Amino acid sequence: MSEATTKEFSVIGKSVPKIDARDKVTGRAKYTGDLKVTGMLIGKILRSPHAHARILSIDTSKAEQLPGVEAVITAKDVPATFYGISPARYDETILAIEKVLQVGDKVAAVAAVDEETAVKALGLIDVEYEVLPAVLDPLRAMDEDQPQIHPQYERNISVEIHQDFGDVEMAFQQSHLVRTDRFQGNRATHVPMEPHAAISKWENGKLTIWSSTQSPHYFQYHIARVFGLKMGDVRVIKPTVGGGFGGKLEPSAAEYVSAALAMKTGRPVKIVFDRKEVFFHNRGRHAQHIELTTGVTKEGKILGVHGKYIIDGGSYTSLGIASAYYAGAMLPLIYEFDHFKFDCFRVHTNLPSCAAQRGHGAPQPRFAFESQLDMIAKELGMDPIEIRKVNARRPNTMTLNDLKVNSCEFMACLEKAREISGWVGKKGKLPPGQGIGIGCGGFITGAGYPIYRTRLPHAAAIVKVSEQGDIATLYIGAVDIGQGSDTILAQMAAEAIGINYEDMRIVSADTETTPHDFGAYASRQTLMSGHAVKQAGEEVRRQIIELAAELLEASVADLDIDRRVIFVKGSPEKMLPFETVANEFFIRKGPLMGKGSYTPPKLGGKFKGAAVGTSPAYSFAAQISQVEVDEETGQVMVTNVWDVHDCGTVINPNLLHAQVEGALFMGMGEAMYEQVVFDDKGRPLNANLGEYRVPTALDVPQVISELVDSYEPAGPWGVKEVGEGATLPTMGSYANAIYDAIGVRLYDLPLTPEKVWRAIHERKKPS
Amino acid sequence: MGTAIKKGKLHVVTLTVNGEEHAVLVKANTTLLDLLREEFDYTGTKKGCELGDCGACTVLMDDRPVNSCLVLAVEADGHSFTTIEGVEQGGKLDRLQEEFINQAAVQCGYCSPGMILSGKALLMRNPHPTEREVREAIGGNLCRCTGYVRIVKAILAAAEANS
Ligand code: FES
Ligand code: FES
Repeated sequence: MSEATTKEFSVIGKSVPKIDARDKVTGRAKYTGDLKVTGMLIGKILRSPHAHARILSIDTSKAEQLPGVEAVITAKDVPATFYGISPARYDETILAIEKVLQVGDKVAAVAAVDEETAVKALGLIDVEYEVLPAVLDPLRAMDEDQPQIHPQYERNISVEIHQDFGDVEMAFQQSHLVRTDRFQGNRATHVPMEPHAAISKWENGKLTIWSSTQSPHYFQYHIARVFGLKMGDVRVIKPTVGGGFGGKLEPSAAEYVSAALAMKTGRPVKIVFDRKEVFFHNRGRHAQHIELTTGVTKEGKILGVHGKYIIDGGSYTSLGIASAYYAGAMLPLIYEFDHFKFDCFRVHTNLPSCAAQRGHGAPQPRFAFESQLDMIAKELGMDPIEIRKVNARRPNTMTLNDLKVNSCEFMACLEKAREISGWVGKKGKLPPGQGIGIGCGGFITGAGYPIYRTRLPHAAAIVKVSEQGDIATLYIGAVDIGQGSDTILAQMAAEAIGINYEDMRIVSADTETTPHDFGAYASRQTLMSGHAVKQAGEEVRRQIIELAAELLEASVADLDIDRRVIFVKGSPEKMLPFETVANEFFIRKGPLMGKGSYTPPKLGGKFKGAAVGTSPAYSFAAQISQVEVDEETGQVMVTNVWDVHDCGTVINPNLLHAQVEGALFMGMGEAMYEQVVFDDKGRPLNANLGEYRVPTALDVPQVISELVDSYEPAGPWGVKEVGEGATLPTMGSYANAIYDAIGVRLYDLPLTPEKVWRAIHERKKPS
Repeated sequence: MGTAIKKGKLHVVTLTVNGEEHAVLVKANTTLLDLLREEFDYTGTKKGCELGDCGACTVLMDDRPVNSCLVLAVEADGHSFTTIEGVEQGGKLDRLQEEFINQAAVQCGYCSPGMILSGKALLMRNPHPTEREVREAIGGNLCRCTGYVRIVKAILAAAEANS
């Protein structure tokens, strides 16, 4: 029997309030932009008005003379080191050296006594450009007549992937039905409510950066490399962060430029992006153009899948190579099939760079797959849930691309979603204009390999009990960006030690005071950082019990701790309070500490790109949506969504459901509204929150989030992913529900009223 | 409004923030948002867009919610403001703040000050709102983390406690 069902937990499994909630509801929580450092200057970045241009000259003299301006810098004043995510594709610099590659590219910067002066100074910098033809259409980016953006990437190909598993041609020959459909994704973007921000301080050869970051560690690594500093001379501190969703996973100009300006002026420099700059920096969803071919048997069993993709990477590589691999690697996860071919070109355009966003690379292919599966079910006369059940992954299986799945309750998710949504009574039975549809997903619980090559463990933790034994502090590099990792890791530490949640304090995400952790991405922290915390807490517990055994004259094996009481099992009157033993420990032996670390097992196959998609554990989810479509206007109203998630043991039910709701909400925005659009010069037309439509409280449906029983053997206490998985099913479930409502199939995201309306009129046309 | 006395390039503005009266010299182009954040250090008032699109900068102006990025400091003259720092009274949280905590309506928290103030303004003028009225009241406050599910619940729970 699993651990989960045999032991009552004291602290985990409870919806304790978030550790930082009080600070957040009173306005006391300090985000990077709220901090003031003595002597601080304000930095601003001059950005390119052109999508592709050669910089002929930059005259900064007038700006330099403006009173209040302390420094003006261009590329010649900063290291020319190229940076990025993978060494083979380091292709971005702090400031543009010879060419600008997108509207909003970084050209020069100023530091001044206040924002107004800094902005005025930007206006005094004269830049002469030779405007070059720009690549704006990803589908044409590889054509011979298109200009080449980077000298090292011929035909603007950023990466070309060809993976071939089994024999897809043979699978298609054996299929009863083979369908090919084309889908088009959108350029969605994260929109964290807090824009990117950093304050850099340069003192005695040491660079300290307060940053709105998802990963102090990667920031420290990249910033040290670019400036030629020892990692120990770069300290990255994360104050409270106002959301990330993948957009704050690598240093931006906020960090690089503020650091360069701090070094030049000797004074701290703060840079806070305005909303437009957040759109320029982007690193959001790649728009993917997908041609998907799937072959099935008469019974709906999937035999083979071939995905051909062209995806728009934008100006720089960033994390985009991984995004491209993820676009294929996650397809074979939730349904079992043996033959798969994946061909993908990630191309450069002169548009903002694309990278990781919640669900990294996987949501648009999932939209395509879930849509096509419904079309196949229709042709076979099958119920959409039935065809999914025929193909659903089972526990303890290996995907065709060598991803090892332990726990998997996908089948139970499908069953439960069907039940709680009232599917049987609704499918095909709702009044005209109303419909119901299903979409599914699955996601990793942390990446099996870090972003750069290193043998460091993925997570580490230290727990220190106070001298009086009244509180314990968890020191952890894991990064709370709002999702609540500080809270659930404190719960885990308390559980492992045997004390209360209220006794826990936490110091997190500071490269100098907390041990290494790769940070908040790929839904990794509950499992990976959680392992390190469990180990650290148990080390404290062991030491406390050893001393208590001595004091109580009992044997170690007979002792237990629960909520601060150390007692002899079976005779609870023989007990000692935690603080007494902890205090005695300090007197006799010094600090009472525990430490832990976690490295995942070696995972994955041998083929090129095999590392992407590996993970110690995978989540699964089924989502059902109900919609009402106004055939006159094309307006779609989603009235209800039911999500059933297989996420292993739950540490904090409230926070867990909040993650599902948030992830689903992000999928909903991408499905229905969100798309950055550009004019014919590559200038964004909606780089603001009025015209880039993030759903409001009036747009969202009723959401029911439910779970199925599950226990993941690779996770501490049986935990696995929850933060991203619920983004994946949404787009497909909406498209399928719209089809059910009005019988029109939409292939392009977002599913706007205009597209719905046009599709309705297409259908009505006499053929 | 706009009666602030001009002193050279600066204007004298008298306003009350969280019950405290202030007289300050401001430039004509200073926003109320910057005045609150930079001059008074009420950094709980957040900056998300500076265009009136996100509601992160919501404060109460004579008990009505406004986007402080769209109010000039000179227009604040003679008015009374509540920022998120003024909602807790004598170390005791407002019921709405408590419900935001209880219902897990706070994730990154960047929208929370504005949400709480919009919610508070609603409950002051309408102590028993419907769900629809709650959604309308926070319709100008964007949240990217929660999908609004728990924010709506929290405001309704606080209203429930009113009765
Ligand atoms: S900052 Fe005022 S509405 Fe966004
Ligand atoms: S909690 Fe993050 S924006 Fe609302």
